[in-house]
Formats: sequence, C-alpha cells, structure tokens
Amino acid sequence: MNIWQRWHLDRPLFLALLLLSVVGMFVLYSASGENSMLMVRHVVRLMLGFVVLVSIAQVRPETLRRWSPHIFAFGLMLLVAVLAVGSVRLGARRWLNFGLFRFQPAEIMKLGMPMMLAWFFARGSLPPRTRYVALGGLISLVPILLIAKQPDLGTAALILGSVLTILFLAGMSWRSILMVLLLAGLATPLLWAHMHQYQKQRIRTLLDPSSDPLGAGYHTIQSMIAVGSGGFFGKGWLKSSQAHLNFLPESSTDFIFAVFAEEFGFLGILMLLGLYLFVLGRGLLIAFYAQDTYTRLLAGGLALTFFMYFFVNIGMVSGILPVVGVPLPLISYGGTATVTLMAAFGMLMSIHTHRKIIAD
Amino acid sequence: MSGTPIKDYLRESRLVNARMTGVIAVIAVLVLVLVVRLAYLQIIDHRHYMTLSNENSINPVPIAPVRGLIFDRNGVVLAENYPVLTLEIVPDQVKNMKVLLSQLGKIVTLNRQDLRNFYRELREKPHFDSLVLRNNLTEEEADRFAVQRYRLTGAELHARLERYYPQGGLAVSALGYVGRISENDTKEINDANYRGIEYIGKLGVEASYEDVLRGRSGIKKVEVNAEGRAIRTLDRIPPVAGDNLYLNLDARVQAAAEQALGNHRGTVVAIDPRNGGVLAFVSTPTYNPNEFVDGISTKNYRALMDNPDRPLLNRALDGRYAPGSTIKPFLALGALEDGMNPDQTYFCPGWYHLPGSSHIFHCWRWREGGHGTVDLRHAIMESCDVYFYNLAVHLGISRIDDILDKFGFGAKTGIDIPGEISGLVPSPAWKAAHGLPWYPGETVIMGVGQGAMLVTPLELANATALLADHGVGFDPQVVRAIENPTTRVMTYLKPSPGRTVGVHNQNDLATIVQDMRDVVRSPKGTGYLMGLHAPYKIAGKSGTAQVKDMPSNMAYNVKKIARDLRDNAVFIAFAPVADPRIAVAVIVEHGGFGGEVAGPVARKVMDAYLLPENPPPAGSTASSVRAPVQHAH
Repeated sequence: MNIWQRWHLDRPLFLALLLLSVVGMFVLYSASGENSMLMVRHVVRLMLGFVVLVSIAQVRPETLRRWSPHIFAFGLMLLVAVLAVGSVRLGARRWLNFGLFRFQPAEIMKLGMPMMLAWFFARGSLPPRTRYVALGGLISLVPILLIAKQPDLGTAALILGSVLTILFLAGMSWRSILMVLLLAGLATPLLWAHMHQYQKQRIRTLLDPSSDPLGAGYHTIQSMIAVGSGGFFGKGWLKSSQAHLNFLPESSTDFIFAVFAEEFGFLGILMLLGLYLFVLGRGLLIAFYAQDTYTRLLAGGLALTFFMYFFVNIGMVSGILPVVGVPLPLISYGGTATVTLMAAFGMLMSIHTHRKIIAD
Repeated sequence: MSGTPIKDYLRESRLVNARMTGVIAVIAVLVLVLVVRLAYLQIIDHRHYMTLSNENSINPVPIAPVRGLIFDRNGVVLAENYPVLTLEIVPDQVKNMKVLLSQLGKIVTLNRQDLRNFYRELREKPHFDSLVLRNNLTEEEADRFAVQRYRLTGAELHARLERYYPQGGLAVSALGYVGRISENDTKEINDANYRGIEYIGKLGVEASYEDVLRGRSGIKKVEVNAEGRAIRTLDRIPPVAGDNLYLNLDARVQAAAEQALGNHRGTVVAIDPRNGGVLAFVSTPTYNPNEFVDGISTKNYRALMDNPDRPLLNRALDGRYAPGSTIKPFLALGALEDGMNPDQTYFCPGWYHLPGSSHIFHCWRWREGGHGTVDLRHAIMESCDVYFYNLAVHLGISRIDDILDKFGFGAKTGIDIPGEISGLVPSPAWKAAHGLPWYPGETVIMGVGQGAMLVTPLELANATALLADHGVGFDPQVVRAIENPTTRVMTYLKPSPGRTVGVHNQNDLATIVQDMRDVVRSPKGTGYLMGLHAPYKIAGKSGTAQVKDMPSNMAYNVKKIARDLRDNAVFIAFAPVADPRIAVAVIVEHGGFGGEVAGPVARKVMDAYLLPENPPPAGSTASSVRAPVQHAH
C-alpha cells in the first residue's frame, strides 16, 4: 500500500490540482501588481483548501451519502438566515458574519445540491419517473431562488446548471427535457422583466460592447484587448500592460484569465485548457468507474460543475458570455470558492479510492 | 424486471454512463467554440488588439470631482477645498527605487514619516498605482523638480484639491472630517464611485452626507508614452462636483458656546424646537480636524489620546451624564397629567427617608434646614429635592419610566450624524436582566435624576425642545439644505417629525413652563443669575449632578474639592418663552452648581442666537461668507 492509497488520494488528480495551483500563484502574483500581502492570503487559503481536500478524501462515500440530505438542509437553513440577518456588501445580502470571518452560505449549496439530488435519485431506481424528476426539480428550486434573491445571479445560475446536469445524468426522459426547454423559452421574457437594471445592461453589452464603452462595456472591451494583444506566444510573465497600467478591472479576481492570456498567449491558453480538461476527464473517469448510482451521479455532477466554472469564466472574459461574477477555478483570488472546490475534489477522491476490490 | 422495486444496477450504470458520453460530446463542441473564439482574438485579430494596447496607448484617467462645500446657516464656510501639490511615484516605471528616492531627497525635503508612509503603500498597493511620496510641496520644491524631471522617470507632480476646515476645531463634533480611504473603507464602498477619489468622510456630517458631498468622477482619455507619462489629452468627460451643504448650525452660536465653556470639559446642544434644526453642537475641548485629513502623525495622535480631557470623545453625541435636577420638570408634567394638584405641598426639613427605613436622603439645602413647606412652583424654582423624593415615590418607578420614555430619554434621537448612543433609563426589568433586585431607594433618587440614570446631551436638548414646542418634536437635523453647485438650486430638507408627547391638557404644560420661567426670573430661583437683564423671556432649570459619592455629612465646598470630584453642572433652557426659537442643554463637567456655572453658558448661547447685534465670529470675512440662494419649491 503506497502513500497515495493510504491517504485515499488519487495521484493524477492530486498532481494536476497542485500544478494548477502553482500556475495560479504565478498568474496572481502578476495580476495583483506584485502584491505580496495578497499573495500570502491566497496561499493560506490554498493550503486550507488542500487540507480540506485530504480530510474529505478520508470520509467513506457511504458516509457522504448518509450526510447528503442533512448537509442540504443545513445549507438551506443558512440561506434563510442570510435573508434574515445577513450582512450587506456592495448592495447584495450574501454574507453571514461570524465575527472572526464572513462566509457565503451559497458556497455550501454548491456541494449540498449535487449531494442531495444524487441521494434523492439513488434511492429509487433509474430512470426516475417523471413525477420524481419534477419533485427533484422543485426541491432544488428553493435554494436557487433564495440565492438569486440575494442577489447572486452567477452562483444561482451555476447551481441551476449543476441541477440540470444531474437530472440529465439520472435519466430524465427526453420528453421531460423538451418540456423544460419549452418552459424556459416561454419564461425568458418574464425573467427579463424581473432582472435588475445592471443585469440587463450586462446582457445588452454582450451583444454590443461599444454601446457603453466606459460603463458596463468597459470590462468586456478591456479584457478582449488584453486577450487579443497577447497573441500566439504572449507578452511574457509580469508583462501584462493591460493589468499593470490599470486598464483591466478585477484583474486579480474574475478577469484574471485575461491577464493569463495576455502574458502567455494562445499557446499558454491551450496548455491551461489542457490542464483543466485533464482534471475534468479524470473526474468523469471516476464517475464511470463508480460502483453505485449515488457515487456515479455525484462524481459526474461535480466534475461537470467544474467544467461549467472554467467554461463560464473563460467565455465571459473572451466576450461570448455575459459578465457574471464567476472566478477562474484555482487561479482567481477569492476565499471560500477555492475551499469549496477543493472539498468537491476531496469527494471525488473519496469515491475513487474507497471502491471495493471485488467489483472489477 | 421493470416495475419491481429491486434496483437493476447494471442497467442504471449503463444509463448514466450513456448520458455522460452525451454530455462529453456537448463539452467537446463548447470547448471547440471557446478555442476558435480565442484563436480569433489572439491570432486573427491580434494586430488590431495589439494596436489598441500598444505602448502609446490611450489611458482613461479618472478625474476626481470637487467635494461639496459645507456652510453654516448664514453662509460661513466650514469646510472647503484648496489645491496642494503632491509628489507621486508609479513603482512599475521605476528602474531603481533607492536611486530615485535619494535623487528626490536632494530636491525636496523627505522626512522619516513620509518615507515610512510611502514604503507602507509600496507593500500594500499595486505597483501600477500612483503612490504619494510627499504632500504640500512648496512652489520652490515644485520648480526644482520640474527642472530635473527628465531624469526622474516614475516620479510625477500632481495638483490635488485637499479638504480644509477654515474654522479649525469649531463645530468639529458636528462636522466631522474626511481622511484618506483606508483598507477598511474599501471593503464597504463601491470602487466604481471612488475612481480617482482619495478621501472619504470619516465622522459627522462629512460621513453621513458622503454620497451627497462626493460628486461623480470624470474620465480623461490621455495618450501615454512608453514610460506611462501623459502626452496629450484626447477626450474628457468632466466630473460632476458634489453638492454643497448648508447646516442648521450657526457658527456664531457655536463659537459663543465654545468660548463660554472656556477651559472646561463640557458640552452644549442647542436645537430649534420648531423644526429640530441643530443650532449648536459643542464638545470641549475641541481638536483640529485638518490634522486628520492627510493622516495625523503618530506623535500628535498619541497626544490627543493621552490627553486626560479626551478631546476626541464627542461629548454631545456620546457623552452620558446624570441629568440631576433637570429631570424634575419632566416628572412634574407627568404627575400633573395624572391629576396631581400643583398646590399640594410637602414639608422639606432638609432630608427624607422611606417609611421603615433609616437611610437618609438629603436635600441640597439640608445645612440651612431645608426649604420648609413647598408647593410645585417653589419645588421647581428652588429645586427642592425632598418634594421630588416624595413625588417619585408617589409616581412609582414604572410610571417614572413611562414619563421619561415619552420624552425620549434612553433612546437615540435619530440625529443625521453617525455614532449616536442612547442614555439609560433604569427600570426594575433592566436590573433584573443583570440579576439584581430593584431597591425602593432607587425610585427615590430617580426623582432628582441621580442613580443609574444617564442622558446624552443630545437627548436632554431634544427633550427640552419637546417641552418648548408644546410636546411636538422633530428628529434633530444638522443639515438644513442641499445646494446644487452649478444651478445653485437649494433643496431644503423637510423637518422630520419625531417623538411627540401627547399633552392632554396644555394648561399642565403651561404650569410647568411658568415654573421654569420662575427659576430664571425669581431672585430665589436657582437660575436667577443667568436670567439677569435678559431682553427676552427665558424658561430654564438647573441641575447639579453628583459624579462621586460623598460622605453625606461632608460640607460641599466647591473651592476645596479637587476638580475631578466636583459635581457636573447642568442647565436646560429655552427662549423666548412665548414662541421658543431655541432650546439648549448645557453640561459643564465638574463645574459645580448648575445654576451658577452651566446657566450663564446657556445664556450666552441664547444671546448669540437671539440678539441681532452680535458680531459674526472672527475669521469669517466677507469673502468667505456666502448668502444662501433661496429657491421656492
């Protein structure tokens, strides 16, 4: 039994995550304008993330399964608490203040939601009957609406994405899928009417960034300039003029990919995408090899959620998706999201390393 | 098999895996779209974007707006902006920081504090930011720099507007001050509103009206060369200046109050009872807000913190004091409402004790053998404690709390500056919450405003204004109007209706006002001294609040007792009685007798406001006085 097995870690996945974190540190160092205080905070959070990953990898999948509804219920409770007593920052009520630290309960739901749905569908047999699909959808709608109300539309959309993914994986019938698509199409104008002004503006600027070049379109235009000026080989590490001359807003958080693209070029992007796709592939492989329906659905759901993260972020920076506040996994500066992500990978490792030998 | 509850594991895994394969196909398409898009940006359109981002690129530079000015009610400037030259460095453009700093050190004076601040910013802020090295350059220094500039890459002169308070410490407790935006501030604010802005209101009106005063940043598009120096301006969206504020505060009244308090620690709050306008808001000693604008030096800050007079404590807002006998008119009004006859008398032998208890409560005139037989009029006029011991016991603690609650004691007034705290109206429930019983003796001393009861000067002034305005109150407002600096249109803030005391019978209130009038008018009244030769009619009440328990048999000789042990002198008053335009609360810490020490302060404050021949304070020359432009709306 080698050290990887003893600690229930999946070597390829672990090494890939480590490599991503190291790449992330270099990018962040440049993007933050060589801010050493910020780097210290970032590294501390990364280390905390790895500790969480290793800890969760020790938990048996069976235990995870039993916890699932409780974690979901706990997360739901906190979301209601946020609505009641949460603290407001920048106009959104997202945080619970525990004195020592602030914390976004929506983060728990990023894990709690896939866990709950995997648990729910694994209880019955697959494919689920239509009314179970509908029930599962209804259960998940409650926290999504709570998060959207904060308002944190980015997170709400991502969680909705993970819900739809698991519904699809669980074998939702094509007829139901068509129904949902139809309903979504009909609901779009309604949704548009209920969106905040700034949210509408972001979608308008996606269609035509030059309509408001110094306002809502500014982010998109500047990040496209950064990406485009990087060229094939990039300008080199620490040479991002867009970030360093302060053109690019949020360069250490949501728009950090633009800095990466400017400094490392198309070649760097291909390598980074390769690394991300490797992590995704490994996650899907774990799902394929999973030994029961719960772990298979959970692993598949978490891996595909990870895909949505980097896809939405890169899509937003390169101007094909609207500006929503989604960080680039393991590279953006940002606290709880990193830890949540690492917890998800801890679950994947737990699922993979606790398989019974007899199964194959 | 279908329809049976037994799970068909193999079928389920095949189903999920098949679905996953489908998703992988979708992912492949999405990734392809992404790669094509990025290739399009980075390879096909690369030249276009390269040009945009070229070294000679167009840099949007934010332009800070001019912060709104603050005037008193007569147009005296309380806060303005004046231009200063700063020397700044963009670390990213510097090849060798040590060499640059030593070169600069020969041109301009750089002291330790400057360097320490600069190095701290260097650690904390992004290196593409422009960091301040020296403030307030003299013209000579600026000239020397201009000559040598060509070899000082990375350093730049900037002209900025800096906040200045021409009246110094006058009204700092209401005005507050601005300071540099700190790391803590950045967590609370929306960066988009602060592009190019370095200062933020920290206290007082400067903080609570931050959004009004700040204005909107503009943007200047400049072409910059390889070193990041601006070559020329291409386009400009002008900033929008912040709105000006006109306060209810009257600088003359404020100055008169600060002068009247002299070297004492103390506080004065004056309110216009008709609308809640705050006419004076004083806490002494004051301090100079200009020191805080660019960060106070450690030495000066420590001096302020170590000062035993605690100048940084805003006594008017956050001071808590025993009200002493100033509480009596409020309790008396409550008792009249309950049907008490004002002609009812109590006998004051100089002391009081509860039936069945041996504890003696003294009247302040116990040495002369007490007040004798007193009715309500004499009890207020001569401030007889024994009368009010009896009254308190007669009312009972829950009714007392009721009355005090009605006048807003123990609750924040809702003034429009941040940081207000409330006083304390003790109750049996409050003591029970601390696990303590309520003693009957505590009810007795509530009658003379002693014991655990505490008021803030603002509460006391507000309650006095309530008396003056027939029980109709307003939330105290420091700011009177907001002026658009370009159109000069004034928007007057509506008085915000506050606490209102339902006075069932205005005759009761008239009785109390008449008695308070006698306090000042009658030679036997405790406030006679302050009312002498007043050309208008004043109603008032004195208070002398113990701060230290004294042996009750000890002779109270003001001159012999150490200053910190002396009683606080308290006085409330309003005038003119027929149609009150000003209500005042004065507290002089360790001043001694309220009528003798705090009363004259109240008089000077009212004189300054009500007598027209008062000259404006020094410093407000004609040039710095602006008449507010009236605008009907």
